[in-house]
Amino acid sequence: MSQTDVLLRCQELTRRWGGLVAVDRMSLELRRGTIHAVIGTNGAGKSTLINMLSGEIPPSSGTVELMGQEVTAWSQPRRAQAGLGRSYQRTTIYPPFTVLENCRLAAQARTPKPWRWWESAQQCRDSMGAARLSAERAGLNDVLDRPAGLLSHGQKRQLEIAMCLATDPQVLLLDEPLAGMGAEETERMLELLAQLRPGHAILLVEHDMDAVFRVADQITVMVNGAMIASDTPQAVRHSPEVQAAYLGGH
Amino acid sequence: MDLAIFLIQCLNSLQYGLLLFLVASGLTLIFGIMGVINLAHGSFYMIGAYMAYALAPAVTATLGGGFFATLGVGLVLSVILGYVLEWAFYSYLYEREHLQQVLMTYGLILVFEELRSLIVGDDVHGVKAPDILAGTLPLGDMMTYPVYRLFISGVCLALALGMYLVFTRTRLGMMIRAGSTNREMVQSLGIDIKFLYRVVFAAGVAIAVLAGMVASPVSSVYPGMGSQVLIICFVVVVIGGIGSIRGALLAALLIGVVDTFGKVLLPQAAGVLVYVLMALILLWKPDGLFKAG
Amino acid sequence: MNSHDRGKFIFVALAMALLALYPLMGGKFGVDLVTKIMIYAIFALSLELLVGGTGLVCFGQAAFFGIGAYATVLLSPEYDAAPLWWLLPACVLVAAAYALVVGALSLRTKGVYFIMVTLAFAQMAYYVVHDTPLGGGTDGIYLNVKPSGGDWLNLDDPLVLYFFTFAALVGVFAFLAVLSRSRFGRALAGIRVNEQRMRATGFATYPYKLAAFTVSGGLAGLAGFLFAVKDGFVNPELLSWHLSGAVLIMIILGGIGHLRGALMGAFVFVLLQELFKSEAIFGAFAKHWHLGLGLTIILSVAWLPRGLVQVPERLGWRLMGAPSRRAQTQEGTP
Repeated sequence: MSQTDVLLRCQELTRRWGGLVAVDRMSLELRRGTIHAVIGTNGAGKSTLINMLSGEIPPSSGTVELMGQEVTAWSQPRRAQAGLGRSYQRTTIYPPFTVLENCRLAAQARTPKPWRWWESAQQCRDSMGAARLSAERAGLNDVLDRPAGLLSHGQKRQLEIAMCLATDPQVLLLDEPLAGMGAEETERMLELLAQLRPGHAILLVEHDMDAVFRVADQITVMVNGAMIASDTPQAVRHSPEVQAAYLGGH
Repeated sequence: MDLAIFLIQCLNSLQYGLLLFLVASGLTLIFGIMGVINLAHGSFYMIGAYMAYALAPAVTATLGGGFFATLGVGLVLSVILGYVLEWAFYSYLYEREHLQQVLMTYGLILVFEELRSLIVGDDVHGVKAPDILAGTLPLGDMMTYPVYRLFISGVCLALALGMYLVFTRTRLGMMIRAGSTNREMVQSLGIDIKFLYRVVFAAGVAIAVLAGMVASPVSSVYPGMGSQVLIICFVVVVIGGIGSIRGALLAALLIGVVDTFGKVLLPQAAGVLVYVLMALILLWKPDGLFKAG
Repeated sequence: MNSHDRGKFIFVALAMALLALYPLMGGKFGVDLVTKIMIYAIFALSLELLVGGTGLVCFGQAAFFGIGAYATVLLSPEYDAAPLWWLLPACVLVAAAYALVVGALSLRTKGVYFIMVTLAFAQMAYYVVHDTPLGGGTDGIYLNVKPSGGDWLNLDDPLVLYFFTFAALVGVFAFLAVLSRSRFGRALAGIRVNEQRMRATGFATYPYKLAAFTVSGGLAGLAGFLFAVKDGFVNPELLSWHLSGAVLIMIILGGIGHLRGALMGAFVFVLLQELFKSEAIFGAFAKHWHLGLGLTIILSVAWLPRGLVQVPERLGWRLMGAPSRRAQTQEGTP
C-alpha cells in the first residue's frame, strides 16, 4: 500500500505516570479502508493510547502523524478539525438535548459561524443536514426528538457513534463502541462499521473478541502498555505469544 | 526595619496565619470530606467571639471560673451546636448541588447574624485576656511582645498537632480519610457514615468557635468579623488546594506573612495583596498548591 | 412553538407588559423602586449568561457592575451633561475590557478555583477604588449632571429614566434570548453540558468562554451605568463581594438556566428585602429583616430546588390543564 493511504500513524508513543509506564513505545498505522483493532486486558494501556492519539493527553515521548502532518503538539480540537473523530467508552453525549440536537451541535464544529448571533442554530442548513445524515447512518431516525438522556443504553452508544460521524472525519478512534450492547445491537453496529470501512481509517478498541475477529483487518495486541503482536486476525489467533499472554489464560 | 520590629512582624504573621489555618481547616474538611460548601463557616468564628464576650459573666457567676472556664463552656456548647446543626440542617445538603448549598448556607448566615443581633446586640466589644496571659515578653532592648499572642499561636499549634495525630494515628482519622475518598465503600464496611459526618462537622464547628473565642481579646468582637474571616478562609482553602490540610497550613502561613508585612510595607495596597497572591498562585498552579490529603 | 415554549413566552410578555404599565399605578417611591429592580435584573441577566448559559460560576460580577458605574462618573465632565450616545457605549466597553482581561487569565482554572480567581480580580478592583485616590476613596463620588440624550430624553425625569431602563431591560433580555438560540449560544450550552465532547468534535472552547465572559462583563457594566445615572452617586461597595454574592443569590433563587429566572430572582430578592424592612408590617422588628430574608431563602431552596421558575410553570400547568412535563430539553431559553 502506498504511503498516502496511511491516515494516522504513531511512532514510539510512550506515556509515563511517575514510575509507571502506561504505554510503552507503541507504533502503529491506520490505513484508509481498514479497521485496525487494538485488544488487550484491562490496564493494558488502550485508553491511554487512544487519549494520546486524539490529543487529550500529551505523550511522554514519541510522535503522532495525521495525514502526513506531525500533530504531536496539536490540541484535540485542532486534530478534530483536521479530520480525526473519536467516540468514548463512557457515553459522552448531551443528555438534556434531543438526539437531533446532539448530532447538530457536533456537526456545528465544522461550520461554527459564531459571529452570526442573530441566526437561529436550528435553521443552520449545514449542521442540520450533516446531523440528519449521521443520525440516519447510526440508525437513530425514530428517536430524533427524544432527549438523549432518556435513550436506552444501546441507543446512547449509537448516538455516541453518530456524534463522532457528524463532522465527517476521515479517521475514527472508537473506544469500546459495543460495550453493554445486546446481540441485535451489536449486529447493527458491526454492519455500520463495515459500511464505514471504505473511505475511513478506523481504530477499534474492543473487548468483544468475536466481533473483533469478524470485522478487523489488522489486530494489535497490547500487554502492560507494549505491543506483543500486530498482524492479521488469523496470524494473531495462532500466535503463541498472544495465546500465552492473553487469549490462553482465559 | 530593625531586627526587633522584623521579629515582631514575624510573630504576628505566625499568629494570624495559624489562626486562619484553624478556621480554614474546618472549612476545607467540610468541603473536602462531605462535599458541602459552607458559607456560614465564618459565622461560627463570629459566634465564638461573641460567646467569649457574652458567656464570661455567666460563667464567672455560676462556675466561678474565668477566661479558661469560659473557653471550656464555649467548646462544649459549640460541639452541641455543631451536632444539632448537622442533624437538623446540613445533613440535607449533602445530596444537593453546590449552588443550592451556596444559597442555603447564605440564608443561614443571615439567620445567624440576626439571631446574634437579637440575643447580644450589634455593638462592638472588647474581651479581656486572662491576667496570667496579659503580660509581655521582652524582645531585644526596647521592644516587647504580648504573651497572649504567643498563647494564641500555641493553642493553634497544639490543635493543629492534635488534628494531625487524630488523622494519621487513630481509627477515627482513618475512617474520615477513607470516607472522603469513597463514601459507599466505608458504608458497606459497616461504618456509620452519618455518625462520622456528624462528628467531623461538629469538630469543624468547634474548632472555628474556639478560634473565635481565643482570638477575641486581640481582634475584638464586632458584627462584620464573620464575613471578613470567611472570605479570607476561602482564599486559604483555594490556595492550599481543596481538601488538603497541609495545603491549608502552608497557605494560611503564606497569607499571614503577606498580609502582616503588606500592612507595614505597603499600607495602601494592604487589602489587595492577598488577592494578588491568590491570583498568582492559581495562575501558576490552577488546582492549588496540594491535592487533597 | 410548542405549548411549553408558548407558556414561557406568554409569561415573559405579561411581565414586560406589567412593567410597561406600572408607572400608571405606582407612585414616586414605586417607580424609583422598580427602576432599581430593573437595573438589578439586567445585572442578574448578565450573570445568567455565564452561569446558566455557559456553566461558569463567576463570583466577581460586581466588579464589572461597579466599573461601569464608576466609568459613568469619571468619564462625565464635572459640571456638564455628557452626551448619552457616547457615554453609555464607553462605560460598557470599559467594563467589557476589564472582563476580557479577567477572563483571559481566569479561564485557565476550573470549578471552585475559577470561582475564587474571579473573586480575586473583583477584590483587586474593589481595593483600587477603595484605597486609592482614583475612585475617591470610601466616600465615593457624585455624578453632578446626568448624561443627556438630547431634548427628548431627559434622564432627570424619573419617568423617563424608568422607561429608558425598561427599554434597556427589554433589549438585553431579547438579545440574550436570541443569543441563546444562535450557534454561539448553543455552543455555550454544549460547553456547559459536556465540554469534553465539544472539544472532541473540534470546538476550541476557550475563545467561546472568553467571548461569553466579555459580553457578560459588558452587560453588567450597562447595569452599572444605569445605576450611576439613577442614583447620581457611586461608592466602592458597588464592587464588593457582598454584591457579587447577592446577584448570584438572585439567579439561583430565580432558577439557573432560564433568563426569566434572572428576572424573577431580581424582583423577588429586592421585593423580599423591602417587605421585611417594612416597618408598616413588622414594626420594630423590621430592623432585623435579615432574619426573614434568610429563612425565606432557605425555605425556597428546600421547596423549589430548581428556583422560582418552577412556580409559574406549575401554575400554568394547572391553569391550562396540561400534563406535567418532566424532561425539558431546551436549556438556557427564556
